Amino acid sequence: MTGRRELEVIAELVPPGSRVLDLGCGGGELLAHLRDARGCTGYGVEIDDENVLACARRGVNVIQLNLEEGLALFEDASFDLVLQLQTLQHLRNTERMLRETARVGRQGIVSFPNFAHWPNRLSVARGRMPVTKTLPYQWYDTPNIRVGTFADFEVLAQRNGLNILDSFGLNGGEPVRRWPNLRASVAVFKFERA
Amino acid sequence: MASIGHVTPQTMHFAEPLPLRSGATLAGYDLVYETYGTLNAERSNAVLVCHALNASHHVAGTHEGQERSEGWWDNLVGPGKPLDTDQFFVIGVNNLGSCFGSTGPMHVNPATGQPWGADFPVVTVEDWVDAQARLLDRLGIVQLAAILGGSLGGMQALSWTLRHPERVRDCIAVATAPNLSAQNIAFNEVARRAIITDPDFHGGHYRAHGVLPRRGLRVARMIGHITYLSDDSMEEKFGRELRATELGYSTQDIEFQIESYLRHQGDKFSEYFDANTYLLITRALDYFDPALAHGGDLSRAFEVARHIRFGLVSFTTDWRFSPARSREIVKALVDNRIEVSYAEIAAPHGHDAFLLEDPRYHGVLKAWFSRIAGELRQGTAAKGVPA
Repeated sequence: MTGRRELEVIAELVPPGSRVLDLGCGGGELLAHLRDARGCTGYGVEIDDENVLACARRGVNVIQLNLEEGLALFEDASFDLVLQLQTLQHLRNTERMLRETARVGRQGIVSFPNFAHWPNRLSVARGRMPVTKTLPYQWYDTPNIRVGTFADFEVLAQRNGLNILDSFGLNGGEPVRRWPNLRASVAVFKFERA
Repeated sequence: MASIGHVTPQTMHFAEPLPLRSGATLAGYDLVYETYGTLNAERSNAVLVCHALNASHHVAGTHEGQERSEGWWDNLVGPGKPLDTDQFFVIGVNNLGSCFGSTGPMHVNPATGQPWGADFPVVTVEDWVDAQARLLDRLGIVQLAAILGGSLGGMQALSWTLRHPERVRDCIAVATAPNLSAQNIAFNEVARRAIITDPDFHGGHYRAHGVLPRRGLRVARMIGHITYLSDDSMEEKFGRELRATELGYSTQDIEFQIESYLRHQGDKFSEYFDANTYLLITRALDYFDPALAHGGDLSRAFEVARHIRFGLVSFTTDWRFSPARSREIVKALVDNRIEVSYAEIAAPHGHDAFLLEDPRYHGVLKAWFSRIAGELRQGTAAKGVPA
């Protein structure tokens, strides 16, 4: 889930007039915001029927696709920016999707729950998996099949030849720039191919 | 939901010859059509609905005095329905070569005074679109608010955006394809051979012999029908259910319910459908291939349609017009930065799903048409997120 404040913070990373592809666009809230507030164009990609309908009702162009099948529909560097917000953690093929994001967009922005956020660490230290606002599921029925940390992503980005342009954490929707791996519940990275 | 109620087909005659893709010309012709709703003062709220293989201009409503005469897309088109006739002026046109009123093989060829029969010129999707455009001219409609079609009707909708792009604002194409696959052409060919090899076919001039190639039509419909259903829906509907309580050990009698169903469908169809029309329409399906003129590059074909907004729908169990084929269209549109939305509905019914009422499918169409209606009310060409 992407909260309203989080959505605004991320929208500020998107240059006005950008052509964007929003992977896992949900009900199209961000795309509608980018359209209305920043004059952006583009498409959302979404798998869920309810979300596709919500996009249609919002007047957002949405393409119903399973991201696990890749982004064959989209040519290299055909978007200024590819967004993948709170989506990565649901995908089996996380690394491939990240590469696809970097292929299709000149720049990419990802966000995902930061497992190294201190309450999560505390919970694990006590011997239990965390159940929090950002990670609200029990371990046995969570859609978050990939759990990683802010620091983990830096390693993955480097491994895939991505150049990190900006990175910070979010807590309660507010940016956290000091010790984000410890202090932020959500990690945000903006990158381009090196 | 309310129906439109009784509707009356109308006929328009066109004296100006229609040049066809084959090089032939149709000297003069009639088009039968129906309209629902009211054309607004700006003449901007017209939606043309294109029909598939065995359908007609009778899209919605009923014909007075005829029981169970609901139009083929009555669940979608009407007051308060996804294509809302309180907002839009909806037009259904019977295609040339059909057997439901528009000029076709059953009509008299003015040159010979005999029924056209097999001599009716081969018509293509593009020819239909051009004929429909003339009907709009006569109705005083310069630009359509939307063009809508499913299956072969979806091909016509796509063709509209390529042949007359300036006359289309929105295109909604359901369960369709950019061309037929070899397998699809193969099914059509089996159907055609069934008709043509019927001893009552007489080279297509069966009416002159006072007979109809019913056997061929039955088999054609049976094979067609199999391809419109999914394996699962057939399994659920019929399974291995027997007609009698036990096996009859006959190679020729009906044993399984599915056989009974297919024979019934075939019988029904052979009573109302014309064999030459079946041949013509399956050929029109085979020939449709807008990428061909662009070296097979569908993206280049859609370059002319950059200002049009598209909505596409496919159904996961449709193996005749599979989601992969709709995705090819989506890709071509995305390549051109054209505004497009695409819904892939997980429906169990196969190709037939496009005629059925599914809340997800109809919900998306309703949202798209509501958006168009809203824009019409505002009198703007403002669109959503321009791609």
